[in-house]
Amino acid sequence: MATSTQARSTAVAAKSAGTHRVLGGIVWYAVVSGLGILFMGPFLWTVGSSLKGPTDLYVYPPELFPPTLVWQNYVEIWTFAPLLRFIENSLVAGVLTTLGQTLSAAAVGYGFARFKFPGRGAFFILLMSTLIIPPQVMMVPRFLLYKDIGWLDSLFPLWVPAWFGGSAFFIFLMRQFFMTIPRELDDAAEIDGASGVQIFWHILMPLTLPAVATVAIFAFLWNWNDFISPLIYLTSEHNFTLPLGLRFFQQEAGTGGEPREQLLMAASIIDTLPPILLFFALQRYFVRGIVMSGIKG
Amino acid sequence: MSAVGTTLRTATRRSGTARDRRRAFAGYLWISPWLLGFVVFYLGPTVASLYLSFTSYNVVSAPQWIGVNNYIYAFTKDPQFWNSLLKSFTYAIEAVPAGVIISLGLALLLTARFWGTALYRTIFFLPGLTPIVAAVLIWQWIFDPQVGPLDYVINAAGGTGPGWLGSTKWALFALVIIILWSSVGANRMVIFIASLEGVPQELYDAAKVDGAGHFARFWHVTVPLISPSTYFNLVLATIASLQVFEVAFLTTNGGPDYATWFYMLQLYQSAFVNFDMGYASALAWIFVVLVVSLTYLQIRWSESWVHYEGGD
Repeated sequence: MATSTQARSTAVAAKSAGTHRVLGGIVWYAVVSGLGILFMGPFLWTVGSSLKGPTDLYVYPPELFPPTLVWQNYVEIWTFAPLLRFIENSLVAGVLTTLGQTLSAAAVGYGFARFKFPGRGAFFILLMSTLIIPPQVMMVPRFLLYKDIGWLDSLFPLWVPAWFGGSAFFIFLMRQFFMTIPRELDDAAEIDGASGVQIFWHILMPLTLPAVATVAIFAFLWNWNDFISPLIYLTSEHNFTLPLGLRFFQQEAGTGGEPREQLLMAASIIDTLPPILLFFALQRYFVRGIVMSGIKG
Repeated sequence: MSAVGTTLRTATRRSGTARDRRRAFAGYLWISPWLLGFVVFYLGPTVASLYLSFTSYNVVSAPQWIGVNNYIYAFTKDPQFWNSLLKSFTYAIEAVPAGVIISLGLALLLTARFWGTALYRTIFFLPGLTPIVAAVLIWQWIFDPQVGPLDYVINAAGGTGPGWLGSTKWALFALVIIILWSSVGANRMVIFIASLEGVPQELYDAAKVDGAGHFARFWHVTVPLISPSTYFNLVLATIASLQVFEVAFLTTNGGPDYATWFYMLQLYQSAFVNFDMGYASALAWIFVVLVVSLTYLQIRWSESWVHYEGGD
């Protein structure tokens, strides 16, 4: 008797849990989809607007997509502003930053992880303290430094520091990764007569590829999105990186005459494309990198 | 025997020292890129900036020592100094708690066991990948009271838009919306998701056996266990929000009527518009002191609520 009641009540509970789950699912999909629309809305608006003709721009009520898609906008942006030049500058600075950042962070991280030397602890604290100092403090003195050595209005300030350790965060990340690799590997290689450089390059670097990939992706992205450094250091249009070029675009588009917001939107999409493609190609490393920074950092 | 032992020991020790010395030297070599970079790009600039903050320096003529006058000017005479601090803090207060809570909410939604969470994670993450300049250009149009889609929707619902970026009352909040859009689903949410997935299921089961409902389980299990991530996100969001610059620089440029005149705009203006490098350096140092003390306070405060697994 008692067991049957219990069984019945369990069955009822299971049934109500089932309806609960279905209801919960419906609410969940409604909420998440609604939020999804909120998040994607601006993207859709941008894509739609980038395909509008000058007359479609300000129609009322606004339309997401124009009646005829003006693909011509994507041809016109390349002549409206030296967009190709901006991209080239961004790529040059980006690739050099990424290379320098990855190599130097790995080398320095290796030094901190595997070698004992007087002052190592103190140097490591110094390294980490550079993370606390707001970058804005460095703006003025670095500007003056680059001015004195004649680097203003060149791409040097954007990528040279990356070759000298660059960001402390990346060094820290590499060090942590090297420390997870058993030291016996180094010792065995050393007995076989491998030099420090050989151990670093042929044994440890291949093992730390995930970390290297993470550092490379983030170094490239930060550089790609950086606005304030180019703003301070670059003055001539032909040296602009893409973010600065977009601002130039914005000002040009705003100088009266025929509306050109559609071109601005097309250029914004060009600017957004590389990060998004990079994300879809290397999603794994993205998430890993972020999680490492948040949980182990 | 003992002589042999001693010789052996000294021999090993000597060869050990030689090897240690060699390895120490190699260690310095490996970290030398950073050491050099530290001196040239951090230490030098830091010292220079501290010195400049006590001078009047317009880049053209040599710096002139004026003692603490820059600091006095900032605190007592500069008409926008206190306003810029107020605006930056207002922005932080509006953007940080909301941002962290929304990120956590999204993470909770996306750790539910339903089909399609991966897709939605990607959708929420994408705004964070949009370069800030592009994001700002997009939102500038969305907020436009004449031609933007937002006010059209508001009008259609029977309301009137508040003028957004052109309104002294609403401009700052509009900037907060832009930043929330681009940041709530990005790194912060990913960190929360990883943290939520790390909470052991046994704890929830145990709490359930003890009769804890949904909310009790969330409050007594989830919240303490993810508190290190909450803390990390909170500190980073606070620092980032006090450094807010681009989003205002590209839209309102501090206006209308200084309503979005953030501290970084004030610093940028002093340094690179007025070329008052001494004053800008003083502003930078005031900022350092502020950020460092705020971070210190957050650390102290965290001791009372952040729960470290395996800690005491």
